[in-house]
Amino acid sequence: MADSPQKFDKQSRYTEGRGIAGAFEGETVTRRRLMEGTALAAGGIATMAFALPGLGFALGPLFEDTNPTRWQDVGAESDFNDESYVPRVLNIDPEVGDAGKTTIYVRKFNRDIDKVVKGQDPQPYVVISTRCAHLGCPVRYIQASQKFVCPCHGGVYDSQGKVQGGPPVRPLDRFYTRTRGGRVFVGDRFSLNSQLERFAPRDPSNHLDGLWQYIYPSRPTT
Amino acid sequence: MKLPSPPLPKALRRTPPRPGENGGRNGRRNGAPATTPTAKDQAVEGVAGVVGWLDERTGGSPFLRGFLYRKVPKGTNWYYTLGSATMFAFLSQAVTGVFLAMYYEPDPSRAYESASRITNEVFLGEFVRGMHRWGSTVMIILIFLHMGRTFFFGAYKYPRELNWIIGVVLIVLTLLMGLTGYLLPFDQRSFWATIVAVNLNSSGPIVGPYLADFLRVGSEFGPTTISRFYALHMLAVPGLIAVLIGAHLYLVAKLGTTAPPWLKAEKKDLLREEV
Repeated sequence: MADSPQKFDKQSRYTEGRGIAGAFEGETVTRRRLMEGTALAAGGIATMAFALPGLGFALGPLFEDTNPTRWQDVGAESDFNDESYVPRVLNIDPEVGDAGKTTIYVRKFNRDIDKVVKGQDPQPYVVISTRCAHLGCPVRYIQASQKFVCPCHGGVYDSQGKVQGGPPVRPLDRFYTRTRGGRVFVGDRFSLNSQLERFAPRDPSNHLDGLWQYIYPSRPTT
Repeated sequence: MKLPSPPLPKALRRTPPRPGENGGRNGRRNGAPATTPTAKDQAVEGVAGVVGWLDERTGGSPFLRGFLYRKVPKGTNWYYTLGSATMFAFLSQAVTGVFLAMYYEPDPSRAYESASRITNEVFLGEFVRGMHRWGSTVMIILIFLHMGRTFFFGAYKYPRELNWIIGVVLIVLTLLMGLTGYLLPFDQRSFWATIVAVNLNSSGPIVGPYLADFLRVGSEFGPTTISRFYALHMLAVPGLIAVLIGAHLYLVAKLGTTAPPWLKAEKKDLLREEV
């Protein structure tokens, strides 16, 4: 081998074959390259070790239901009728004080005016959320015109909470209800499409009709 | 090797003594009493000594000189100060923000009380909070004027596109500062503005609802929403802004500024005269 001029093959598997100085027999990766790789891998592992838990910590709440079902007593059955709405205060999040409270409008289910959707049990009470379906401002029920009106951007809903005008994209949300021992209890929120079919709760501004509904998924938090 | 002299103003630079004079090296070596240095001489010596010590160990003076004494084109005018003005608005926000954070409590039951305590009870609290509150508006006005200047002077063109991109990111981050800071006083306006702003985020397709969940920490405004906004407002966004301002300034120093568009390139008739 010493006599013949050495021929190197750049494609060789072995560093010796590629003619790299100081190569060992059978070595496929140079020591410099191995050290580079080790340093990069160690740095990468160290970075991941703090970045991944941090990211999980910040994003974790996206994947858990932060509002467990709480049935709240809103009054005796005799407080409500099936013709007009009675306002009540519901505590959505007791930990934030007044900021967690919201107004709801409660009315007994009325077979003459309330639509029954096929395959979905009607709730014993119609409880309308005052969270506007446009951007979440609080709507108010005007008894004289029998409409819900939003002060922020002029959304108008009829007495069923269906959109009659302005920017809202779907009817007002409602809440599940049940009666126990003559008292009315209000539970989780649900959203409705324009046919008053029930859906998992969505944020205001999220459509529930036509093709639009597919770009606003139901989330694990609700 | 001769080290570059530190970038001292002329008044502070020490003139070396002439050979043979008192105070010169020869005089001292011969044991002749040097004239007593005046207080000014000592002060100058002290400053020059400290600057020299730092410079010898960091090699920073060529960098500083290149950064501070760089050439600017003819026609540079007051519009070119809008970027610095924005940066000083940011610095003012940072300083007043640090002091406000000493009294503010990011907790839904304490936020409003602590904010009104800053205004009504803390010495100069109303002033510092006012600086922060109005400074935010000033910063947003200045950053848009700065963008307008860059646009109308054509200063975004090659090779400065990357600086334009960084600037746009800085505008978005500045607006994010405004959004996250708006909740912190936690009065009715803050609360409802944040509800509306988060629901605006939710209206984005696919990721929008998740983004809203991230900002609220859940599907409803909850106890940790305000501390999340506080952490974004105090740590995450200002940190990013500071880093990006550094990159922005580096590129300004590296690429130089542009002449105003109304100046035409000068003809080099000097060459002809010299022939």
